[in-house]
Amino acid sequence: MSDRAADAAPAAPTPWTLFVTFFTVALSGFGGTLPFARRTLVERKAWLTPEDFTETLSLCQTLPGPNIVNMSIVVGARACGWRGSVAASLGLVGAPVIIVITLGMLYSRFGGLETVRHALVGLGASASGLIVATAARMAEPLLRNRPWIAAPFILAGFGAVALLRFPLPYVLVALGPLSIAVAWAWKRNRA
Amino acid sequence: MKTSDTLVALAFQFTSLSLVAFGGANAVIPEMHRQAVDVNHWMTNQDFAALFAIAQAAPGPNFLVTTLIGWKAAGLAGALVATAAMCGPSCVLTFWVAKAWDKYRETAWRSAIGAGLAPVTVGFVCSSAFVLVRAADTGWKLAAATAVTAAVAYFTKLNPLWCLLAAGVLGMLGVFG
Repeated sequence: MSDRAADAAPAAPTPWTLFVTFFTVALSGFGGTLPFARRTLVERKAWLTPEDFTETLSLCQTLPGPNIVNMSIVVGARACGWRGSVAASLGLVGAPVIIVITLGMLYSRFGGLETVRHALVGLGASASGLIVATAARMAEPLLRNRPWIAAPFILAGFGAVALLRFPLPYVLVALGPLSIAVAWAWKRNRA
Repeated sequence: MKTSDTLVALAFQFTSLSLVAFGGANAVIPEMHRQAVDVNHWMTNQDFAALFAIAQAAPGPNFLVTTLIGWKAAGLAGALVATAAMCGPSCVLTFWVAKAWDKYRETAWRSAIGAGLAPVTVGFVCSSAFVLVRAADTGWKLAAATAVTAAVAYFTKLNPLWCLLAAGVLGMLGVFG
């Protein structure tokens, strides 16, 4: 353990500050935590430079699992090893899990009421629109930059999972390596 | 199904989903839906749409629909098992990969993996949208609510939570029938 008073700004994260910081990020993140994570980690805490953030995010997006949880693992690990990862991810996940279970209990208790049911029907329709927008926003750069190699895999993934209802892991195992091989060849051709 | 069997099923399902959830939880929603509604009959299509809506409206990461599926299937224990199973394996993987990451930062195979997985992931997220829209939109007014929210979220910088709130209030007033 280094002397805490000796080092100058920015304050090095400890497991406890990691926990508190990700706790705050989680609770301010209505409708997606990523913008708040960026504001907190880059601008307020200065634990990451903007380049670090983008680089770390791309790592977390390449790996499976919830992106923002992966990010808490990486940021925690770089600062304090596995203790940092545990502290940061528990901070991120703890409060939202409790909140959402409480909401789930309210749903099972009052979900039968006419008003609640009607409100949730409207909420559900709107929430599905959010995913439509997310899908569009993710598809747009791919279709613009490399339409001929992206579109077939987008359509194949959609057709297999949404229309044919194949189990997603199998579809990934079948399409993933093929798509990576095509991307590899494409990058080589351009290089 | 006994509770312990359900917990095992939840643990197995979400552990495997954790490791294939490239692009995050949104990409594996069709598989969650297939398992929860079609295979295991833990809930109806309407329940799934409602739980997804609750998870979206609540603060925090968007994988929380996992917690609610677990909770609906097997109560508090189910919620904790599903959450841990969804996060645990990918967290451990991320922890180990992060250590090696800097070494391979600029390599071609790393960027080919990213570039190759991206379109497949987008296809999965499109499937999520399809599954959710089909579960949620049972009339043209609801479809309109979906379309308006999608347009606002895609074209403007407005916090889309306002759309969720408006749709919830309109629903409460009986607009959607």
